[in-house]
Amino acid sequence: MPVKVESDYKKNTDFKKVENSRKFKELINQRKKFIIPLTIFFLVFYFALPIMTSYSTILNQSAIGDISWAWLFAFAQFVMTWVLCIVYVKRSAKFDKQADEIIEEEIEGER
Amino acid sequence: MNLIVVILFLAIVSLTLVITYFAAKRTQSTGDFYTAGGGLTGWQNGLAIAGDYLSAASFLGIAGAIALYGFDGFFYSIGFLIAYLVVMFLVAEPLRNLGKYTLADMINSRFDAKKVRAVAAISTITIVIFYMIAQLVGAGALIQLLFGIDYWMAVLLVGVMMTIYVLFGGMTATSWVQIIKAVLLMLGTVIIAFLVLMKFNFNIFQMFSEVKTVTSHGDAYLQPGLKYTVPLDTISLMLALVLGTAGLPHILMRFFTVKDARTARSSVVTATWVVGIFYILTIFLGFGAAAFVGESNILEANPAGNMAAPLLAEALGGDLLMSFVAAVAFATILAVVAGLVLSGASAFAHDIYGQIIKKGKASDREQMLAAKWASLGVSVFSILLSLFAQSLNVAFLVSLAFCVAASANLPVILYTIYWKRFNTSGAITAMLSGLLTAIILVSMSPNVFALDGSAIFVGDPLFPLTNPALISVPVGFLGGFLGTILSKELDPGRYAEVKVRANTGYRGN
Repeated sequence: MPVKVESDYKKNTDFKKVENSRKFKELINQRKKFIIPLTIFFLVFYFALPIMTSYSTILNQSAIGDISWAWLFAFAQFVMTWVLCIVYVKRSAKFDKQADEIIEEEIEGER
Repeated sequence: MNLIVVILFLAIVSLTLVITYFAAKRTQSTGDFYTAGGGLTGWQNGLAIAGDYLSAASFLGIAGAIALYGFDGFFYSIGFLIAYLVVMFLVAEPLRNLGKYTLADMINSRFDAKKVRAVAAISTITIVIFYMIAQLVGAGALIQLLFGIDYWMAVLLVGVMMTIYVLFGGMTATSWVQIIKAVLLMLGTVIIAFLVLMKFNFNIFQMFSEVKTVTSHGDAYLQPGLKYTVPLDTISLMLALVLGTAGLPHILMRFFTVKDARTARSSVVTATWVVGIFYILTIFLGFGAAAFVGESNILEANPAGNMAAPLLAEALGGDLLMSFVAAVAFATILAVVAGLVLSGASAFAHDIYGQIIKKGKASDREQMLAAKWASLGVSVFSILLSLFAQSLNVAFLVSLAFCVAASANLPVILYTIYWKRFNTSGAITAMLSGLLTAIILVSMSPNVFALDGSAIFVGDPLFPLTNPALISVPVGFLGGFLGTILSKELDPGRYAEVKVRANTGYRGN
């Protein structure tokens, strides 16, 4: 089976070794530390709005004139989205550098 | 139908046709057809994502919902926006790193099983068809109202146009239609919002104070709880909105039109800004329509409120603005359905024909031909269904598509990327349990059964929620979990590869 031989020959990267390398583990840990808390944060923030408006009327009180706290909470969701967007891009630039180093040193360096 | 409307309408349609013509000349390979050759820049793709996402439901539906129900209409805007954080944080980059043309490609980076690919293709096609009928029914109603032609003619007009774009221009043409449309839509929305603000002396507080006096709801108009009175139903809808986007095949497909994960990320950033600004402006569209068109006129034109935005344009800017908005609405629907046809066709042609029937050995020419036939098939099938679906509620179809996407696709995407133990059986059970639960629960819901005859059948709904996401999303995740742990199969070596590729973007062997 020539096709099989060729594919075995081409897969010469030991991904398990890369997975266990210090740099890769560091990248995964830092990603987790960044993504998990922020994801939990934005989901909680998001669902807090329908939960609060469904089960209580606290947010119906006026904040500024006829604009109630519910509207301000809704606008805060937009601000949060844009802020997290910027934060994510900034942080990802660092992850990109780490990823490049891993590709260079752990994957291509092994050839 | 007046002359300005027709001329402006034709101008926009011809513009998109010219672009399709030039795009068609550049579409040669299958890669070009499915993914525009992966050659779009971040901002181009970002605008195209926004163009793909801001469907008739967003532009016409949300403006109408806010005009009629005040704060509760705005819930949709918030859900659709936060959904981008889910896409950006969890899905976009790994998906781009692992996939090639379709969602099934990405799942298959871990499993070779044809069954997995087939199930993924089926769930993609299901979502595409629901979403597509919703858009075409909406399009039919809109064009019918604006131009005074029959419903079937309107549906046929949109249907034929979208088929031309997809068949001749593939993803390149579709992307450019989406980009142009996103720019025009933003332009129209900003102009209308500006005019509305001007009427209120550029004072937002004045706008809020005055708008509640013009509706029949009074103070309640500015408070939540006017439309969504069942707490669990509100939360279920919000869940479907926020998680559904990350599983929508036509949005996912847009990440394959860029060269790498970094460009995918920057395109989500552009999309988030565009979509965010648009959704903030929906308040002005909605409030403006309530104040300057009036509740009774909005309801008279369309009971669901879908004509609020075009009527507002007419009230503020006369025929010129009205025809501009009508043309933009047409381009909006066209861009979205063209994107949907492509994702449905790629599931057929690439996954079912190319990978399963031909075992990945179809020549480029054969694949391209299959893709074009599949596009034609998907188009004809949805046009036919839409002709019979005129009386169906559009919002119900869209929320069903979001719910299926969140329940069937998202669990398997997240497990594939993040869970080491995940396996073939898990992938299949995750998709099937989410898909079936969503469809079965919807068919027993108040959308289908209502005692007052407002739904398809008269009867008592067996399932109380209008949107089943609260049940079907957990079932999808649970199905994937149980399917995985109940089967012994395990391939940690393969996961190591997926994990390394997903996190570093390494594309070599």
